[in-house]
Amino acid sequence: MSTLIRGNAVVADDWLELDDETAVPSGASVIVSLARWQSGREALAAAARVGLRLPNTEDIDALWPLLRERPLIALQFPKSSDGRAFSQARLLREQHGFDGEIRATGDVQRDQLQFMQRCGFDAFALRADQNVDDCLKALRDFDLAYQHAARADLPLVWQLRRGS
Amino acid sequence: MYRYDEYDQKLVDERVAQFRDQTRRFLAGTLGEDEFRALRLRNGLYVQRFAPMLRIAIPYGLLSAKQMRMLAHIARKYDKGYGHFTTRQNLQFNWPKLAEVPDLLADLATVQMHAIQTSGNCIRNITADHLAGVADDELVDPRPYCELTRQWSSFHPEFNWLPRKFKFAFSASINDRAATRVHDIGVHLVKNEQGELGYSIFVGGGLGRMPMLGHLIRPFLPEVDLFSYLEAILRIYNLQGRRDNIHRARIKVLVKALGPEKFTELVEAEWAKIKDGYLKLLPEDIERMKARFDVPAYVDAASADNGSFDAQLAADSKFAAWAKRNLRTHVKPGYAAVFVSLKANGVAPGDVTDRQMDALADLAERFSFDELRATHDQNLVLADVAKNDIYALWQQLAGLGLATPNIGLLTDLICCPGLDFCSLANAGSIGVAQDIFDRFEDFDYQHDIGDIKLKMSGCMNGCGHHTVGHIGILGVDKSGEEWYQVTLGGSAENDAALGDRTGPSFSRSDIAPAIEKIIEVYLEQREAAEESFLATYRRVGMAPFKARLYDKADAHAEEAA
Repeated sequence: MSTLIRGNAVVADDWLELDDETAVPSGASVIVSLARWQSGREALAAAARVGLRLPNTEDIDALWPLLRERPLIALQFPKSSDGRAFSQARLLREQHGFDGEIRATGDVQRDQLQFMQRCGFDAFALRADQNVDDCLKALRDFDLAYQHAARADLPLVWQLRRGS
Repeated sequence: MYRYDEYDQKLVDERVAQFRDQTRRFLAGTLGEDEFRALRLRNGLYVQRFAPMLRIAIPYGLLSAKQMRMLAHIARKYDKGYGHFTTRQNLQFNWPKLAEVPDLLADLATVQMHAIQTSGNCIRNITADHLAGVADDELVDPRPYCELTRQWSSFHPEFNWLPRKFKFAFSASINDRAATRVHDIGVHLVKNEQGELGYSIFVGGGLGRMPMLGHLIRPFLPEVDLFSYLEAILRIYNLQGRRDNIHRARIKVLVKALGPEKFTELVEAEWAKIKDGYLKLLPEDIERMKARFDVPAYVDAASADNGSFDAQLAADSKFAAWAKRNLRTHVKPGYAAVFVSLKANGVAPGDVTDRQMDALADLAERFSFDELRATHDQNLVLADVAKNDIYALWQQLAGLGLATPNIGLLTDLICCPGLDFCSLANAGSIGVAQDIFDRFEDFDYQHDIGDIKLKMSGCMNGCGHHTVGHIGILGVDKSGEEWYQVTLGGSAENDAALGDRTGPSFSRSDIAPAIEKIIEVYLEQREAAEESFLATYRRVGMAPFKARLYDKADAHAEEAA
């Protein structure tokens, strides 16, 4: 199991990633594939909470009715150079107002974490080889930003200039 | 010159620290080769044939004297005493050592320079008209809009891992000198019928393997909506651009696959959702940006031009020959834009030594309000020279080997580094440039040929823009040998067009003679000295060129095949 950063801290993962065959442990919080969720929610009734794993090729707008009630959406980075999930996260946060957890999964490594966070990810399932302390530091590589994005918790250059 | 504020400086400094740490982790073995590759590319660092190559950003080609002096210092301290200006108005160093690059970047940051996003699959350096602000055919100075776009695109959290590289060019003049139609996004500053300022947006142009001209997807975008519209385009591309094949990953391929109408529809739908949000610029944002650009303190026309310039032209024919080619009209009476040719015989096009850089910095301070510009034709411009000073400037340039009177002529050719330096290249280009220089050394002959753009790339990637050369040369590899394909009739200007292939390619020894034959045919076919090569080609077509270049039998064989 990979180390999980949520917010700005390492936390024990309270979610269980399930494949499409494994039975749901009663009372567990589980992350299942979109296909499994679509093929039968009744079979997942034993779970306390159900989050969805979404391929980076899925159309967020089209799926939104399925996503809106979910407490967690896991977006995927099949490899670090494939940046589609950055856009998916912003669409979820900014255009649909999703306020559950958006978790980065797959090839999640240090040097992209801060950009992920700015696009609306708030949990990071780190690739197994990652140095956790380094990753926590990476969330503070930049102290300010030119762009507003899903999260505007960094000082924004535009706003600073407007205020000055 | 755009002057950084404290925020610009802080971001560049933070990137230096971040890159220093990335380099440290790579050298310590905790950051893998492939991962470091993606990160170093986003900071302009390639590993080339002999050594790393570092590409330094020169946003919209604008350089201060102080920055030029720093580039000279870097050439001396970290390189072999020279740098290479590229077709993206950037500067490349070919010999820095990997471990020293963080120090080099720290030096650069002290003069408000960096190598951020000069390569990698992200938004690259923004290019613009090298005569911006001084051209007499300009609607408005495009550079504040370029700087707005530079800042918006720098470390953009969503668009730093695109399917492929992404290039912007801006133009605000009647004559497009920025090749906007062959960029991923070309922005033209325009006014609508109500006289309001805004932009025409072209998308999907590009060179390389599948050369295409950009499509006009929005004739008029209001001035304050620049960022939201760009985000809409980039978002559609980031989500839908192909990632399965590097040769099909540019936005031009997506625009073509969807069709420009469907692509436009998607962009407009996305834009409608975000246009009235936080991305909307305030008019004062734009004003504030304009105010950070220095305005030269021009003197009145009579003081700038007391008549000595005309007398010097009359008295010195060598000066007059140079002035005829290397000066351009300035919007301010009494001033001219002076082109510094980086295409001297015996020098790789675009190369400058540390000594020349230092001297150019001095000349910029003395004669042109501390500023220089890099052009996408790989020359430099001192854009604001009083006519009184031009003769003295010319003498200095001549002493530095920087006064070749060939701007816009055949030997003012664009050329990538080719096989001599680049690990992507299939064939040499610098040697071919030299052969062409040797054959056309006579400037009277070149003047007679007139305005012509010869552009050469050592491989399909097309860094030398061969596809839009009036004459284009493309180096190809045929079973280990260097061969050269030739195209005719391309243009990157208002009449943008992609060149047509002449036929079978030429060997290394035949390519320069082939160019000579093409020129002969042009001189025979043109109706008057005023009819340019391009106009003549468009009138007479390929046939007479083909007939001269190939045996008839060969030409027919090629057509049949």
